[in-house]
Amino acid sequence: MLIKPYGDTSGDGAVQLSFTLPVKNCGRAKEAARLYAQKLGFHKVDVVHAAALSEEFTFFVAYGKTEVGLDYDKVEYAEAVNDCMSMDAVNEFIKTHLRRKLVIVGACTGTDAHTVGIDAIMNMKGYNHHFGLERYPMIEAFNLGSQVPNEKLLSYARQVKADAVLVSQIVTQKDVHIKNLTELVELAEAEKLRGEMLLVVGGPRVNNKLAKELGYDAGFGPGTYAEHVATFVARKLHERMSGKK
Amino acid sequence: MTPVKSKLGLSKPKIAKARELAADIAAPVQEFIDGHTTVTIERATLRLLGADGATSDGVPVPNLIASQCADKLSGGAARYYLNALIKQDRTPAELNKEIACGLDITKFELTDLGRIRNKAEEAVKGMDARIAGNVAHRNSELARNGGAMKSPLIYVIVATGNIYEDVKQAQAAAGEGADIIAVIRTTAQSLLDYVPYGATTEGFGGTYATQENFRIMRAALDETGSKEGRYIRLVNYCSGLCMPEIAAMGALERLDMMLNDSMYGILFRDINMYRTFTDQFFSRMINSAADIIINTGEDNYLTTSDAVEKAHTVLASQLINEKFAFNAGMPARLMGLGHAYEIDPELKNGFLYEYAQALMAREIFPDHPLKYMPPTKFMTGDIFKGYAMNTLFNFVSRATGQSIELLGMLTEAIHTPYLQDRHLAIENALYVHNTMAGFMDEVEFKKEGVMARRARQVLDETIEMLSDVKRRGLFSAIETGMFAEIKRPRDGGKGFDGVYEKAPGYYNPVEDFLKKKLEIGRRPRAASRG
Ligand code: B12
Repeated sequence: MLIKPYGDTSGDGAVQLSFTLPVKNCGRAKEAARLYAQKLGFHKVDVVHAAALSEEFTFFVAYGKTEVGLDYDKVEYAEAVNDCMSMDAVNEFIKTHLRRKLVIVGACTGTDAHTVGIDAIMNMKGYNHHFGLERYPMIEAFNLGSQVPNEKLLSYARQVKADAVLVSQIVTQKDVHIKNLTELVELAEAEKLRGEMLLVVGGPRVNNKLAKELGYDAGFGPGTYAEHVATFVARKLHERMSGKK
Repeated sequence: MTPVKSKLGLSKPKIAKARELAADIAAPVQEFIDGHTTVTIERATLRLLGADGATSDGVPVPNLIASQCADKLSGGAARYYLNALIKQDRTPAELNKEIACGLDITKFELTDLGRIRNKAEEAVKGMDARIAGNVAHRNSELARNGGAMKSPLIYVIVATGNIYEDVKQAQAAAGEGADIIAVIRTTAQSLLDYVPYGATTEGFGGTYATQENFRIMRAALDETGSKEGRYIRLVNYCSGLCMPEIAAMGALERLDMMLNDSMYGILFRDINMYRTFTDQFFSRMINSAADIIINTGEDNYLTTSDAVEKAHTVLASQLINEKFAFNAGMPARLMGLGHAYEIDPELKNGFLYEYAQALMAREIFPDHPLKYMPPTKFMTGDIFKGYAMNTLFNFVSRATGQSIELLGMLTEAIHTPYLQDRHLAIENALYVHNTMAGFMDEVEFKKEGVMARRARQVLDETIEMLSDVKRRGLFSAIETGMFAEIKRPRDGGKGFDGVYEKAPGYYNPVEDFLKKKLEIGRRPRAASRG
């Protein structure tokens, strides 16, 4: 199936844009904005708004149409979990299929000081009326907080024989999160922990695809709740136990 | 700006009771503060006496002197610097160079105290003249462009990491209507136990606070201000491990506002509590002497706690911040107490609660330049919804006569502001401020309505909490997580080893000067309004 953006008619390819150019606001600047949008591949470009941000910068709002289409059938993306179990269902699942408590260690790592995301997943109270992992009877959860060095997270995980390690990365400027996440995977591999425990990452700029590319078992983005992670971890461990891939 | 009568029907005796509790809470802490100094207080003192510069590896001269003093710091570092100025017969600039090249000033035999005092007087006079000059300049500029503080003042941040890029963005924002520019500090600067030196271009999520960066931005804003015919205020952070030193730099370079909270460092940066309490006092004396408005950080509580459930922690902290500031000789007109619009947008009637809480703050702190912070926690990648939330925030801000309004950015959940984000934010605020200019005088609220009841409830909960904090003592209250649900042990955290009990004969001419100028210790520390 070939798809294109939908504005007001099927296949019209309409897109809304806003951007700033380093020029003084004037007729020529607007024309430059139009041409620039054209260069991006849009035709019928309409620059509907131009505002001076200063003597040297102008902000534009523009609409354009594109001929570019995409074959949706060729798009590949797998969510870490599709059908998420409830807290109670997860507990039942662990009880019946894994028959022991799971140990999960989590932290916001590197220089990142944001705790709210990892707390939302792990702390008793949870987030948005969804309880956190500490509340799960069949899960023993350890939240190490923020600014935790990768080494410390892994040594703790080893010490408590973790089944899964959860990493939160909120700050993404200059790709610090990529560097930090890569370092963790390398460390885990060097210490031969990679096969021992699941590595899961989450954060507002994270998704399952990025996580996989970086060598993690799963990645979760905005709007994640504890049950998503718990479902993933329980099922994945079960798969591994029963030798399925 | 100041409402004549309470629209929320808040009880005056209850407000007085809450203030009294805050005073009782602060008193034992103040006793500790009065008997102690810290390594950064000593460095700030040295800076105000003229110590400046750094080694080629970037170690600041005040830090070099502090390490030379080592345990002698408990008696005050000033005498060694003053003594060296006398013994070497040097100007501060000359002496600083020699120290940066390796001169140990503690090795000189101390001359008699009389000569040291004379030298101190000369240095303090110079400092006083510079700071008073800055105050006079600011006041005359403000008087020239209209005088009275408009409400609310528009506050935006720049955070590129590069001071020269910051300048471009700050000048653009000021040109569009921003009244206040805050240069956000690079991540983790608050945990450095020194202030970096010189102009910097490589910060992360913000720009290093250095004296040279202060100067660069000050000059840029003065330039834009004179073009626009408005005085543009400059803000930086004196929080972290170097509160007093950064306050000193701000006083010297004519900053107009500084973030300065009595507990933020403890709770959100894990700085030792004795250190922070002692540092905030000295830094606030400097702020007061330089007529710098402080901004406290109560908004932060609501990023880790629920804004409805924990609204009273904000008011409790404001009252504690107020008391500590009074103790540091600060008048109410310099206390930019913080609060925030952080209620979950999904909550029914959330707007009414926000409105009530903001108005409550205004009524309880009528003479204070309140700092109101925008939605951040519930901002998402849906920038359009975020823009709508910011509009309501602007509405409440104008409708309750807030003084300093930190504008929300539609891209809050995504990145530090783009040039165009700031433009959209200012456009939104100017629109709202203008279209509802007279709104505040038009409305009253039902005596038993949602808003009046909400404000009363928050005040009651605050009194309850403050009573509890008083019973336990502030140190224990922080240890048990009563603020922001974060627990900090009293002997834990960073910077504890930099706290010294003042030795007998402790000598600090800058402290003496500040206390005299601000009349601290001469009048009773009552909850008097300054
Ligand atoms: C609150 C906050 C703070 C608080 C943090 C308090 C605390 N204890 O956490 C304070 C004030 C301390 C703070 C500081 C800073 N912050 Co901040 N902060 C925010 C803010 C407003 C909200 C974050 C939040 O709590 N969201 C709510 C939670 C529930 O959402 P979440 O984190 O996305 O988590 C969910 C999912 O992502 C996922 N998830 C997250 N982690 C994990 C982990 C796993 C394993 C899983 C499965 C899922 C998962 O599940 C969660 C629930 O659904 C955001 C802006 C925003 N609206 O996002 C900026 C923001 C994140 N901060 C930012 C910055 C730059 C900073 C500072 C560097 C500023 C400075 N110069 O000092 C410092 C960072 C210091 C440091 N060393 O890290 C930027 C980051 C920009 C970027 N893309 O890199 C943002 C986006 C703001 C901005 N526009 O500038 N910040």
